[in-house]
Amino acid sequence: MKIAVSAQEKSPQSPVDPRFGRAKCFMVYDEGTKTWDAIDNQQNLQAAQGAGIQSAATVVNAGCNVLISGHCGPKAFATLSKAQVAVYAVQGGTVEAAVEAYRSGTLKRLEDADVEGHW
Amino acid sequence: MKIAIASGKGGTGKTTVATNLALLLGERGENVVYLDCDVEEPNGHLFLKPSIDRRIAATIPVPVIDESKCTACGECVKFCQYNALVRLGKTVMVFPELCHGCGGCMLLCPQKAISERDREIGIVETGRACGVCFANGRLNIGEAMSPPLIREVLRQSAAAAIAVIDAPPGTSCPVITSLRTADFVMLVTEPTPFGLHDLGMALDMVRELDVPHGVVVNRAEAGNIDAESFCAQRQVAVIAQLPDDRRVAEAYSRGEMVLTAVPSLRRHFETIWEYIRGQVHA
Repeated sequence: MKIAVSAQEKSPQSPVDPRFGRAKCFMVYDEGTKTWDAIDNQQNLQAAQGAGIQSAATVVNAGCNVLISGHCGPKAFATLSKAQVAVYAVQGGTVEAAVEAYRSGTLKRLEDADVEGHW
Repeated sequence: MKIAIASGKGGTGKTTVATNLALLLGERGENVVYLDCDVEEPNGHLFLKPSIDRRIAATIPVPVIDESKCTACGECVKFCQYNALVRLGKTVMVFPELCHGCGGCMLLCPQKAISERDREIGIVETGRACGVCFANGRLNIGEAMSPPLIREVLRQSAAAAIAVIDAPPGTSCPVITSLRTADFVMLVTEPTPFGLHDLGMALDMVRELDVPHGVVVNRAEAGNIDAESFCAQRQVAVIAQLPDDRRVAEAYSRGEMVLTAVPSLRRHFETIWEYIRGQVHA
C-alpha cells in the first residue's frame, strides 16, 4: 500500500500542501518497506490548466492507492476514482502526522470533490 | 476594414460605441457587419434588435481514442499543452472540456488510435438590423473555451466591407482572438482609476499586437482631465469624449441607440469614424 500526501517540501516533516493539483510536491509513504519517496510537481505548478488531472496521473502512475490532501477538485477526483485511488482530506499538520492519522482511521474519506473546478 | 472596440475594464461603453458606430455606417450606406464577440455575455442585440435568420452550432474537434489500438505510449499526453489527455497506467483518458481542438494528438499518434468528433461549444446567430448585418456568438453555459466560437463569429464578416467587432472585456485569450485580425482598435475607457488602470493594460496589449489604436473616453465629466493626462502620458490619441449624460443612461436602460435618443451626440461617432478611416487608409 502506497500513500501519497501533497506537501510543501520534500520531507515527512513538511507541512501538508492544502492544494492538490498545484501542490509543490508529493511525499509517498510505502507501508510495505516503511520508506518515504518524494515526487516533484513543478511542471503542474506552472500548468495553465488541467493541473489537477495531471497531478492525479502522477499519483496513480507512482502506484499509490491513497491520496491525502487539503482539497480535491472534480476532474482530479474523477481521474483518481477511475484509477481506484481513495482520497482523504486533512486540515493542516505535517505529512507524517497526516499518514499517521490515516493509518489510525481518523481521516475523513471524500466521497466526491470538495471544491469547485477552477481554471 | 475591421474595426475592433475593446476596453480592458468591463462596462466602459464598448457596446454603446460599437453598436452606434455600426448604425452610423449603415445609415451612410456602407456595407457593414456588427460582430458581437463578447460570447460569454453578448448584449449588442439588445440595442440593434436584429431579426435573426440563421442559428448554427459552433463546434471544436476533440479526440476520441480507440482503446483497441492505443498502447498508452503517452506521446499524445506529452504533446498536449492543455492537459486534455492523461495517461493512467494502460489507458489514456480524454477531458474534452480542456481540449482546444488543435488536432496535434491525432497527427502524431504512432498507432493511429485517435480520431475526432465535434463537440458543440455554442451557437452563432446571424441576421439584419436597421441597415446593419448582425452576428453574435452565444457560448454554452459552463463552457470555458470561447476563442473557437469567437473565430466562428469573425468568419461572418466575409461579405461585408466594414466589420465592427465588439470585443469582450479584459486582456486575455478571448480579447486577443477578437483583435488579432483588426485594422484598428478603439479602446473605450472611463475617467476612473479602475478604467484607466485597465486601459493601461489594454494599451500594452494592442502595442504588443502592433495594431493601430486610439481612445474614446466615455462618461467624460467637465473638469476631469484624468483620462486626457493618462493618454498624454501613454502617448495615445483621445479621439472623442462622450459626455456623462443622463439621457444616454436612460436610453441605454431602455435598449435605445444613442444616435436616435440623443442626436446631439451623433457628431462624436462621426468624429470616431472619420479618424479611423483616416488612420486605416493613410
